[in-house]
Amino acid sequence: MMFAIVVFPGSNCDHDVYHVAKHVLGRAARFIWHKDRDLRGADVVVLPGGFSYGDYLRTGAIARFSPVMDEVKKFAGRGGHVVGFCNGFQILCEAGLLPGALLRNESLRYVCADVHLKVENAMTPFTRKYARGEVIRIPIGHGEGNYFIDDEGLRRLEGEGQIAFRYTDAQGKRGVRGANPNGSRADIAGITNARGNVLGMMPHPERLAEGVLGGEDGRRLFESVVDAVE
Amino acid sequence: MKARVVVTLKPSVLDPQGQAVGRALGSLGFDEVQGVRLGKIIELELGEKDRARAKERLTAMCEKLLANTVIEQYRIEGLD
Repeated sequence: MMFAIVVFPGSNCDHDVYHVAKHVLGRAARFIWHKDRDLRGADVVVLPGGFSYGDYLRTGAIARFSPVMDEVKKFAGRGGHVVGFCNGFQILCEAGLLPGALLRNESLRYVCADVHLKVENAMTPFTRKYARGEVIRIPIGHGEGNYFIDDEGLRRLEGEGQIAFRYTDAQGKRGVRGANPNGSRADIAGITNARGNVLGMMPHPERLAEGVLGGEDGRRLFESVVDAVE
Repeated sequence: MKARVVVTLKPSVLDPQGQAVGRALGSLGFDEVQGVRLGKIIELELGEKDRARAKERLTAMCEKLLANTVIEQYRIEGLD
């Protein structure tokens, strides 16, 4: 199976994802330049973190019009697996592949820290190697990760099981001071589309996928999607 | 012709930047400030003479790129 990692001008987590796919999981991985219109046989498309187009106008606002995004949309429409981390999540929202939007952090500060996430849905292709209700530790690094969605949209996300991860404390408790690092509505850290084949999340599982880096909770997300494809 | 697009967060969306500015004004003694909303101004020069046509195109620009209507509202000003 093959991971295709899209490279936008300003992407900076593309090599981290490549490393996990190729050297930690031993699967094929390829970079796809954002001007390409060919996903070259990808099984999973990853939109990596970074600051595509310098975050000008809004995060992800310009990247969503890159030529490759037409192909990513078609790929997702055929049921292909698409995942966006951090800036990738922002791009997926701007592109309309996921509902809602990412606002400035409530604190107005860029937050770089390990956070705890509760796995809310372990039946998606990206979370099947986790257990429902499990608490994992994954790093974040963003200034605009404050997830917003209106009331009706939130009801739909909850009703359809589209909330994949929520910010909690280490015991899995919500609403504890400091557990939600950015002010996201309903403590949402990651969501899928209704069909479940597109995931976006602000945390960076690719940054904590092997023991030498201090934790491997991120690895199972990649193993999940490998399992789903193979 | 010149045009100006003003983009702000929708009233239903929390604006932490506006709140921070509001608190700063309050602490400077501007007690009358009851609310602050921040936004952005985008100035455009258009090679279009027809006002109605320009407005229509600007609306399309706002809907497609300049504003994210999930969280933002926009208004078009100063078509002269």
